[in-house]
Amino acid sequence: MSIVDTAKQAAQGLVQGAMTKLVPLAPDSWIPGGRPDPLIDRKHGLIGTPLSRRDGAVKVKGEARFAAEFRHEGMVYAALAHAAIPRGRITEIDSAAAEAAPGVVLVMTHRNAPRMNKPGVFGSSPTAVGSADLSILQDDRVHWNGQPIACVLAETQEQADHAASLLHFSYAAEPSTTSLDEAKANGIEQGVFMGQPLLNRIGDAEAALAAAPHVVDRRYRTPRHNHNAIEPHAATILWVDGELVIHDASQMVTAQAQTIGAVFDLEPGQVTLTSPYVGGGFGCKGLWDHQIIGAAAAKLAGRPVRMTLSREGVYRVVGGRTLTEQRVAIGASADGAFDTIIHSGLSIMTPHNNMPEPFILGTRPAYACPNITLQVEVARMNMLANTFMRAPGEAVGTFALESAIDELAVDLGLDPVALRIRNEPDKDPTSGLPFSSRHIVDAWRSGAERFGWAARGAPGERRDGEWQVGMGCATGTYPYYRMPGAQARITLIREGKAVRAKIEVAAAEMGMGTATTTAIVGAERLALSMDRIEVGYGDASIPGAIMAGGSQQTAAIGAAIIAAHNALVAELLKLAGNDSPLAGLSADDVGSEDGGLAKLDDPDRRESYASILARAQRDSITVTEAASPPLEQLHWSMHSHSAIFCEVRVNAVTGETRVSRILGSFDCGRILNPKTARSQFRGGIIMGLGLALMEETQFDERNGRVMNPSLAEYHIPVHLDVPEIDVIWTDNPDPHTPMGAHGIGEIGITGVAAAVANAIYNATGKRIRDLPITLDKLL
Amino acid sequence: MTPFRYLRAADVADAVKLGTDDGAAFLGGGTNIVDLMRETVARPDRLVDVTGLSDTITETADGGLLIGAAARNTAVAEHRAVRTRYPLLSRAILAGASAQIRNMATVGGNLLQRTRCTYFYDTDGSRCNKRAPGTGCDARDGFNRIHAVLGASDACVATHPSDMCVALAALDAVVHVNGPDGARTIAFDALHRLPGDRPDRDTMLAPGELITAIALPPLRFAANSAYRKVRDRASYAFALISVAAALEMDGDRIGDVRIAFGGVAHKPWRATRAEAVLRGGPATHAAYRAAAEAEFETARPLRDNAFKPELATRVLAAMLGDLAMGKLA
Repeated sequence: MSIVDTAKQAAQGLVQGAMTKLVPLAPDSWIPGGRPDPLIDRKHGLIGTPLSRRDGAVKVKGEARFAAEFRHEGMVYAALAHAAIPRGRITEIDSAAAEAAPGVVLVMTHRNAPRMNKPGVFGSSPTAVGSADLSILQDDRVHWNGQPIACVLAETQEQADHAASLLHFSYAAEPSTTSLDEAKANGIEQGVFMGQPLLNRIGDAEAALAAAPHVVDRRYRTPRHNHNAIEPHAATILWVDGELVIHDASQMVTAQAQTIGAVFDLEPGQVTLTSPYVGGGFGCKGLWDHQIIGAAAAKLAGRPVRMTLSREGVYRVVGGRTLTEQRVAIGASADGAFDTIIHSGLSIMTPHNNMPEPFILGTRPAYACPNITLQVEVARMNMLANTFMRAPGEAVGTFALESAIDELAVDLGLDPVALRIRNEPDKDPTSGLPFSSRHIVDAWRSGAERFGWAARGAPGERRDGEWQVGMGCATGTYPYYRMPGAQARITLIREGKAVRAKIEVAAAEMGMGTATTTAIVGAERLALSMDRIEVGYGDASIPGAIMAGGSQQTAAIGAAIIAAHNALVAELLKLAGNDSPLAGLSADDVGSEDGGLAKLDDPDRRESYASILARAQRDSITVTEAASPPLEQLHWSMHSHSAIFCEVRVNAVTGETRVSRILGSFDCGRILNPKTARSQFRGGIIMGLGLALMEETQFDERNGRVMNPSLAEYHIPVHLDVPEIDVIWTDNPDPHTPMGAHGIGEIGITGVAAAVANAIYNATGKRIRDLPITLDKLL
Repeated sequence: MTPFRYLRAADVADAVKLGTDDGAAFLGGGTNIVDLMRETVARPDRLVDVTGLSDTITETADGGLLIGAAARNTAVAEHRAVRTRYPLLSRAILAGASAQIRNMATVGGNLLQRTRCTYFYDTDGSRCNKRAPGTGCDARDGFNRIHAVLGASDACVATHPSDMCVALAALDAVVHVNGPDGARTIAFDALHRLPGDRPDRDTMLAPGELITAIALPPLRFAANSAYRKVRDRASYAFALISVAAALEMDGDRIGDVRIAFGGVAHKPWRATRAEAVLRGGPATHAAYRAAAEAEFETARPLRDNAFKPELATRVLAAMLGDLAMGKLA
């Protein structure tokens, strides 16, 4: 087994190999990031300059083509029909009326669907990204209420929708588990996430709790959440000479193409999957039943298919965040030093997936403490497979942990900011690893100053007419990840005395600015101006695999560009030959400067890219290189942090909560593009406000049916719910990451629910431990 | 959506003629019925567009206003006479939906919008006596946060979702209708009905009857009125409860009062008991609470909505306190 493979598996948690034991002990210089990225020291370049998104203009003009906007000759439109029982068999299908309806081309059920392999479920192999370990339309079985059980193709969307409404199914129901109490009674298992048990035990936390002079020991609950990206899931699908072409909305183009290819017995090169624009991802734009059903229907009908989920369809087909019940117990001495932390509890998943909500992840590195027990257990219900949703684990885990710390601060009579700083660790308390970069105390202090935290009063003290006013705070946290498998392809194209560069990565742009950030990083790395850089992405034919998940995409791209740039320099030096001013230099001696290469300690020895290419009579040069294995995350404890401050107004008459001010003070390494970063942070905070105050999937425990599958009844914040959001950051580069950056896509949501709940306590004296905090809980 | 024919009515007589058939439905702004058709909750085979009928707002001889049924919600909310003489109506309209929806929605259609009960909408997976009579009610023991606490039946616990109608109930509006048997008027409180054992019928309109206008009778103290809506987010959500109230003081005592609640029943709930308790009595917080408590004495809360009587009581008391001091005028 190669070192790369070992690293891949270790990083994915598939094996507990020797690497995981050796990497922490290895010298820094052996580890990627052991020597700081030279770009960290470049002070006056593009990095850190606020730039607008490259795709802004085409989106505003409507020229960006999303998955449901591709058109092909002979294309038909798909509509799905969904099961109405949680578990059982389909005994009868009455499809006569649907088949006879105007415009109908095909009614496909398990009876006539082509034979397909079961998609590999997420985690079953490095490339498998199926949502559940279930075959699709291959038998009469129903596994969840809402499962797609038929697909209608018709000449127009309206005809397809109408025909689908004419389908009638009879079922033989089988015993099912759709209530939390039943699920618990059926049995509770240890939760396993990405191959690792969600369990840490250091010292004896229970004994320390029993002995602690100050204790909080509380239960917190968070409900199910559904994804509500502005773009409902869609795919335009066709078969060309036995090969599959999918225009999809995807956060993981390469893995998705591989997984769906295997469903249809296709070789890797026989699936073309593009996804140039994604209208919001948040963890949900992966492989679900609709793409596979659409591909099967296109095959059966011999026509291109446009598959667009309705908003209700998204709720029935695409999973969301599962519910949690958490216990947080903290024991502390009178001066506030933590002696013990217990963060444990339960989440729910299905018999056919393996996705506990890993709410302890953010607690692992959080606070110095000699006794720690962290554990996530799971029970199973018959329901749609739950999945990743922005900061899976940390979004809801920080609600419990950071609420409990606020409760402890009240008990101790300490300022909650001071209490957190009091327990700041000097190394990761669970792994024992050194932190790569941690400036949370700076974030707390600068945030408190800017927010005016000192003006906070005692609980229930401030009043403005009917409104009770309070302030709260909480820590947010999200790890630095970098997944293996990333590659970058750099092509320099000579145009007279200049060059332009094309940088291609198999990454996804979901609207957060990845294409822009990639251009910034590429321009800096190659020492070219932004207008000389073209970025290719969102296409599975680009080498490598990069997932827009785990807030890791920018790091993965950055590391791949470093590797490809190094390879490019080596290739250019070979081309340069003996007549070049660079003759005789090795790749370690030179770097990119001002549109060419220069000797690092003697910049007068230089030659432009165009000159090197011209002398070698080359129009272009292309290199493709894989990123270094992501060993840095085994060598250091790598995390981003935030200090969230908010002010709420709670109406004493109605119990309505309005968040009147909110500030996020972030410690996320170096910020590459302040403009898009600010939007990412704000978007996360807004989603956190929804998590705190209103989001809840109504899952009917009698039959497992989601009862509010619409934007009218599933509440997310509207403009009036969102106050001015202030965002600041420390901007300290992490010396051990590409560009000194951390991912920032998910941290924004973390800590927000606790900050809001803590502010509500400060306003009213009422502690709500059950999300969402709706007005009836405050009456 | 089920295929249908679209017809446009030239005048009231034409609309009544075209709307007589079974399976016909009148189309106003389409902000509710089109949604219901997309969900296949409603499956009319012909839609008779009545947006070309009267949309004027005119003074009546008795000093009230007559609002054509095709008037857009925005036009009513912004009308000067409405804002000054019936501010609760303007505020109720502006508390609902979004600007875009209010620009489309008509007054007549607003009266006839249907419940937002999620079981009513779920044609595939849920039982609903309002949508499919006799099948049962999954809301009674299901998610019923937005459901009724007053006047519900075993067959149905749905609420009427309109904001505007709550104000109209408080104002004793009169509904003008025209149908196969000619024109008539209906007192607003008699337009909507309680579910009983026929929750499929929302109103007392006869088949084919068309709402042509709403009359607002003169009410001097309606100028001292307000509408307050409480919901699960700051905007764009249906009411958990809402209150429309108008108050006239007589020295230190309450001269006259009008109160209606939304979000508590199958119809906009005119609070006659509360009004009777208050009329001629003291203008105190205790009196306001006692009045609301009298109104909700018969409340039968469900699993998720037990907070409604207390919430409505608090809001009414706060509003009357403000109105008594002229704060909201």
